Amino acid sequence: MLTLIVVLPLVGFLLNGILATRLGGNVVGNRFVTVVGCGLPIASFALVVASCLTLAAGGYAPLVEVAYRWAQIGDGSFEVAFYFDRLAAVMALVVTGVGSVIHVYSVGYMKDDPSYGRFFAYLNVFLFFMLLLVLGRSLLVLFVGWEGVGLASYLLIGFWFDDLANARAGKKAFITNRVGDAGFLLGMFLLYTTFGTLDMDRINAAFGGTAPVVSASLVGLLLFIGATGKSAQIPLHVWLPDAMAGPTPVSALIHAATMVTAGVYLVARMAGVYVHAPEASAVIAVVGVATAFFAATIALVQTDIKKVLAYSTISQLGFMFLALGVGAYAVAIFHVVTHAFFKACLFLGAGSVIHALGGEQDVRRMGGLAKKIPLTFWTFAIATAAIAGLPPLAGFFSKDEILWFAFASTRGGTPWLWVVAAATALMTAFYMFRLLWLTFLGRSRMSAEVEHHVHESPWSMTGVLVVLAVLSAVGGFIAVPHFLEPQLALPAVHESLHAAETPLVVVSVVLALAGLAAAAFLFGGPSERVERLRARFAGVHRVLSAKYFVDELYARLIGRPLVWISDRVFLRLGDRALLDGTLHGMAALGRASGRVLARIQTGSLHLYAWLVLAGIAGALIWSSRHG
Amino acid sequence: MDRTQLLIGVAVALFSIGLVGVVVRRNVLVMLMCMELMLNGVNLSLITFAQQTATTVGAVVVFLVFVVATVEIALAIPIVLLLVRDRHTLDIGAYNELRG
Repeated sequence: MLTLIVVLPLVGFLLNGILATRLGGNVVGNRFVTVVGCGLPIASFALVVASCLTLAAGGYAPLVEVAYRWAQIGDGSFEVAFYFDRLAAVMALVVTGVGSVIHVYSVGYMKDDPSYGRFFAYLNVFLFFMLLLVLGRSLLVLFVGWEGVGLASYLLIGFWFDDLANARAGKKAFITNRVGDAGFLLGMFLLYTTFGTLDMDRINAAFGGTAPVVSASLVGLLLFIGATGKSAQIPLHVWLPDAMAGPTPVSALIHAATMVTAGVYLVARMAGVYVHAPEASAVIAVVGVATAFFAATIALVQTDIKKVLAYSTISQLGFMFLALGVGAYAVAIFHVVTHAFFKACLFLGAGSVIHALGGEQDVRRMGGLAKKIPLTFWTFAIATAAIAGLPPLAGFFSKDEILWFAFASTRGGTPWLWVVAAATALMTAFYMFRLLWLTFLGRSRMSAEVEHHVHESPWSMTGVLVVLAVLSAVGGFIAVPHFLEPQLALPAVHESLHAAETPLVVVSVVLALAGLAAAAFLFGGPSERVERLRARFAGVHRVLSAKYFVDELYARLIGRPLVWISDRVFLRLGDRALLDGTLHGMAALGRASGRVLARIQTGSLHLYAWLVLAGIAGALIWSSRHG
Repeated sequence: MDRTQLLIGVAVALFSIGLVGVVVRRNVLVMLMCMELMLNGVNLSLITFAQQTATTVGAVVVFLVFVVATVEIALAIPIVLLLVRDRHTLDIGAYNELRG
């Protein structure tokens, strides 16, 4: 059954990829693509639900299913085995559930695209690799999925590859991820040489047992480097904002709800290693909170609706890593789940807005849309409130638990982590409500032409929005940490801090409301307020708009030296001087010696015969001497 | 001088005549014939040694040489014919285009 879950989307990919693309001659119509492309993920979702029931019936003993023996090397064997426990169940439900509704949404969103079949083929192959990643028992299978989703992401970012900028964004995502993958691979090598297995449950158990023979922190850090790439954490966060070049459903599915949380999943899955790695955990917490903070500050000033959401995603991923860093693995997964709901809803809502405005993404040319597309507005508003952390919506619960453990966990929680995270939460509320105001409320700033064409999206899109909005509203009541607790225990809390729990909740609610109020004050009122603020902090605004010049820094620090070395050392010295030089030298030698030797080519047959004669005579004399 | 030595002497003589012919004559056809002479000199020596050692290997090789000689002539004569049709001379000195 587990194998079937994974294979169904692959079948969809093959069917659509072969029959519905130019490659196979587009032999089937869009209706077939829709049925296959959406039907198989939904079937997969149903199977996941069935597997969850089986899991519950079996007393939550992990289900293991060996699909295929990949290789047998000496005593070690590599198997494609699927492993279904509580953690995998939660992730698989999110991946297939949110994945399915986004597939349905895409039916409306991509309706007029000439490459409709190709789009669904890519989405299905993404789902296949993501399920491989989530359900794989061995790190190797996980890695195959890990690379596969990277490939799908690359293909979908560059889906409209006619535009060079999109193709470039896809390339940037791919290359940035390779940096992280190097760390991941090294971690895998280290684990395999130490334990002789890559099965994650065995590795966790091995670390829990006798004194570990390899530094848990080293393994943890190497794997975390992989996670920073996939989950867009500092310093490898630069690819995610550019990834918004892809179609909006892709941004929702891959770059918000599922793929970017793979790093969080990896760390949670290897929790058995990380509980023995306090140093690595501290690094994760600091990187997480720093990413959350800096991404949130950038999101304050972005004017592209999708870019705001992209930086918000990076920021929320930072929150998840903060939770992982302080040992609250189950809470991080909880935030993955709630974030999948509200961020997918936000992205799809943004897609609906873009759809309504005929491709406009700049919030400076929006405004006043609430009356024209009410369903999109209300769902977007609910999701905004959820991410801002207003009770009792989903984001409130998960974010509050993260803040609490950042404050009080005995595994590295400290007040200053809480302070930074709380400041980030305040900014989150502010920039999200800013986005809401600029897009839907206030005066319209659209051109008359665009305004005339504004229309609500078809039911396949709005229906999905409603489903996700409902989940964003009530998702917090799904007790994910409690469900995961037998597998991923929550960290102990400092006894002395127990009294602080309720005040902290109050503070975080106040912060969320403060963000709302500030946004309402600034963007609800006359526009001079914003202008004055921007004028006063012109320098800060410039730095934030330029995203802290990180891209420029990388170009200076890495790009330029690399180009210089490639040009001077590899091209001019290595290729032209050394390789070409050697070959040209040999050719010149051959030509020169040919010119000399050609002299004895007189054309006189008699001379040749004489030479042959002399040769034979010489050979005979030599052989009689030495014979 | 017994018979074997005599035969070997004849073989050497045939080979030498052929060799000298190839080296000094300028007529293409004569050079070809001289080559045949050399081959026959070799054949004779092979037969002689085969008889002396009472083995058949030499005789077999002789047949091989016959075949090679036939094929060689079959190729060489048409080449010579084509050359002559082009230049109307049998003088080998006229055909030195491959001079370096």
